Amino acid sequence: MKDIACKVLVIGAGPGGYVAAIRAGQLGLDTVIVESERLGGTCLNVGCIPSKAFIHAADEFEKVMKFAGNAAIGIRVEKPDIDLAKTLEWKDAIVTRLNNGVAGLLNKSKVKTVRGWAKFVDGKTVEVESTTGTQTIRADQVIIATGSIPTELPFLPFGGAVISSTEALSLKKIPKRFVVVGGGYIGLELGTAFRKMGSQVTVVELEDRILPQYDAELTRPVTKRLEALGIELKLGCKAKGLSDSGHELIVETSDGKTENLKADKILVTVGRRPATQRWGRDELVLDMNGPFIKVDDRCCTSMRGVFAIGDVTGEPMLAHRAMAQGEMVAEIIAGEKRHWDKTAMPAICFTDPEIVVVGLSPEEARAEGHDVKVGIFPFAANGRAMTIEAEEGFVRLVARSDNHLILGAQAVGRGVADLSASLSLALEMGARLEDVAATIHAHPTQSEAIPEAALKALGHALHI
Amino acid sequence: MGEYLIKLPDVGEGVAEAELVEWLVELGKNVREDDVLASVMTDKATVEIPSPVEGKIVWLGGVIGETLAVGSPLIRLEVDGEGNMGRESKTIEPAGQPKPAPEPSVIAQASNAKTDSESKNAKVVEKKTLAAEKSISKESPPPSKEWAGAPRQLGEKPLASPAVRKRAQEAGVDLRRVRGTDAAGRISHEDLDNYFEFGDATLRAGGLVADHSVEEIAIIGLRRKIAEKMALAKRRIPHITYVEEVDISSLGDLRRRLNEEQREGHPKLTFIPFLMRAMVKAIKDQPHLNALYDDEAGVVHRYGGVHIGVATQTKSGLVVPVVRHVEARSIWDCANEVNRLAKAARIGAARREELTGSTITISSLGAIGGIVTTPVINYPEVAIIGVNKIQVKPVWDGTQFMPRRTMNISASFDHRLIDGWDAANFVQRIKNLLETPAAIFIED
Repeated sequence: MKDIACKVLVIGAGPGGYVAAIRAGQLGLDTVIVESERLGGTCLNVGCIPSKAFIHAADEFEKVMKFAGNAAIGIRVEKPDIDLAKTLEWKDAIVTRLNNGVAGLLNKSKVKTVRGWAKFVDGKTVEVESTTGTQTIRADQVIIATGSIPTELPFLPFGGAVISSTEALSLKKIPKRFVVVGGGYIGLELGTAFRKMGSQVTVVELEDRILPQYDAELTRPVTKRLEALGIELKLGCKAKGLSDSGHELIVETSDGKTENLKADKILVTVGRRPATQRWGRDELVLDMNGPFIKVDDRCCTSMRGVFAIGDVTGEPMLAHRAMAQGEMVAEIIAGEKRHWDKTAMPAICFTDPEIVVVGLSPEEARAEGHDVKVGIFPFAANGRAMTIEAEEGFVRLVARSDNHLILGAQAVGRGVADLSASLSLALEMGARLEDVAATIHAHPTQSEAIPEAALKALGHALHI
Repeated sequence: MGEYLIKLPDVGEGVAEAELVEWLVELGKNVREDDVLASVMTDKATVEIPSPVEGKIVWLGGVIGETLAVGSPLIRLEVDGEGNMGRESKTIEPAGQPKPAPEPSVIAQASNAKTDSESKNAKVVEKKTLAAEKSISKESPPPSKEWAGAPRQLGEKPLASPAVRKRAQEAGVDLRRVRGTDAAGRISHEDLDNYFEFGDATLRAGGLVADHSVEEIAIIGLRRKIAEKMALAKRRIPHITYVEEVDISSLGDLRRRLNEEQREGHPKLTFIPFLMRAMVKAIKDQPHLNALYDDEAGVVHRYGGVHIGVATQTKSGLVVPVVRHVEARSIWDCANEVNRLAKAARIGAARREELTGSTITISSLGAIGGIVTTPVINYPEVAIIGVNKIQVKPVWDGTQFMPRRTMNISASFDHRLIDGWDAANFVQRIKNLLETPAAIFIED
């Protein structure tokens, strides 16, 4: 097979890799991207997109189940039913459309896609094992975008009843008893979805509360909803392993007792680890930062001409972070002056209700030595929220007391994921409370809670 | 222990209020009897307020630049013994503001609403006090960090929108070196433009650097008085300025001879005492030039005595000490008085009555140079005589050029009262007297 020589080689076609490749192609760089699986990486194939499809389906089903009862809104349906196989088909169709979309975008940018598993020979050369043989690719610049994989618990290896989020999104039938190990956002998102589709769900969390990285004020509405949905939360509880039968999870509860939780499926979501193996990292001389590849503010690794982006470079493992890094690296390779200077890194939990965080929480801001003003506006005082039965939750802004610069914004509530847009914009633009308060937000929308929170912080909220 | 209240004393005849120009003590400091507590300024005199007792400062009754009414609380001391606050302490306003009398319109309003006029009045007073405080804080210079944008702490990320950051990156500019002019220190496109255009001091070390700073300086104290007086004079008085060259060769010879004698009690003479005496003589012919014009009443007060103000530069600004009754003073007397007053004015020791009451003024910038000035009349006077630089000039005497010492006189007159003809005659008269100095001393 004839060797390929190119300017830019991207390893991994997840959100970071394919964006880097598209941008490099746009900039006229001869670019090759290598991917062993379907295009789009974890996010598109087994992460963000399919999980959101799954959650949406579960929400819709829960909604009609509610109508089968005595819904206050006055809508009634008879005996709703879910055909999971069809739901998965629908979900997969979305994924496929997006796979094709990515392929189209890469083509449009004149990026060559090579299918197969890449392995470094040296810092400028990789060999790709593909169905048609070994392809050698030489490149001036290499971008490592290999992503991350679910973390396995040594005493609870994947297989049998124990599954990762990838399998959870493709179960043939809804498990009767569904146990989630790990009360982080992935576990809660999927646990909630399965509960809404009819599973009995138990969440086992080592810490004494769910979503431990967020403050209690923010997670309280989620906890409340989980309880209302009938999800059992076993907090301060440690998973120990499987029973001999393979259908019981052995746990040690907070009071030190051992319990066996019956489970048809056990979803382990205790985090993700960088994919740093089997692609010939040993052939390179890369400095590491713990398990991650160490990069500087231009995503340069310790080797000249080798960049790394996305989950493999560390937390937060977010698709939008990888995309921004990919775009930046492509521009750097094209000779533009760039470095990482982002202020806002929004993160969203698609739990019920959703949580949005960007920037610093009040505690974090204080810990950094800021004197802060905090403004909270509850959706209970928002007209739009009432009309869509989403009064739970609030928007919270954190700003410096001295110059009112917004340091952080958080929201919890149904549909707040999309509020992240203006919250991020406010932070990235260096907005002050007055800027946000003085921007007209359309009525009636949930977004009105944002300027109200700013006014609250300034001491004169109008609707509360 | 008791508290002792010192009120703003009556600092001069007919003075109802004074501007606080300086605190010479600080809160919490101990003062002894006769220590100077504060300087206040009225019209043109600065008065120092001494402490009548020994004690510790516990309260200051105003900020610099504030105008206090005579009798309003100025300072409170903690003293041994009873103090003088027993009966009064409760009535003192905490803000130490002179109780502002409601304006007539306000009174009218209040009396219209007869039901609760009193409480309304009280409200109005309160508001006015607030307003006064506000205006004062405006006058005092703002902390420099406010106009400079919030200073960034070391290591703090510069604040800018992504578009600004991108431009900076492309231009290779480290935003940490760019000053944000927004109150939060946010760097705008404009700030970046300025940086591109002018750079910063560190980048252009050694070169010329554009200084974009604007300093706010509150015009208070003497400078404010001068400003008001000058504006008043220029607004009210249509000036006519007349300039003439005077040959002072003879006067120079006379002056030199007199100075050479160095007799006891005879100070070194400048030209000013001769000019003063010449003015007395000229005023005898044109008494309407030695007058104060009360233009509001439409009355001119023509003075018999010639009280000449001599404009004097001090470090805080222009003051005009007055040599009174020049018509009754000899040359030596004039010289001594001018010297004494100038010295007093420069060290700030001139008394109020020494700084007021002039009927005509001399302004001399001759020592610096300059061939012509357009002196501004010392309102409400009607004339001012400016003295310019002395220089040796070749003068044609009919047969040859002679080196002659000459000096210009620039004089301004209130054209409402003084016609050009009068002005010219007055200056010509002074010229003649100075050119023939003996004439100054000849009895009419």
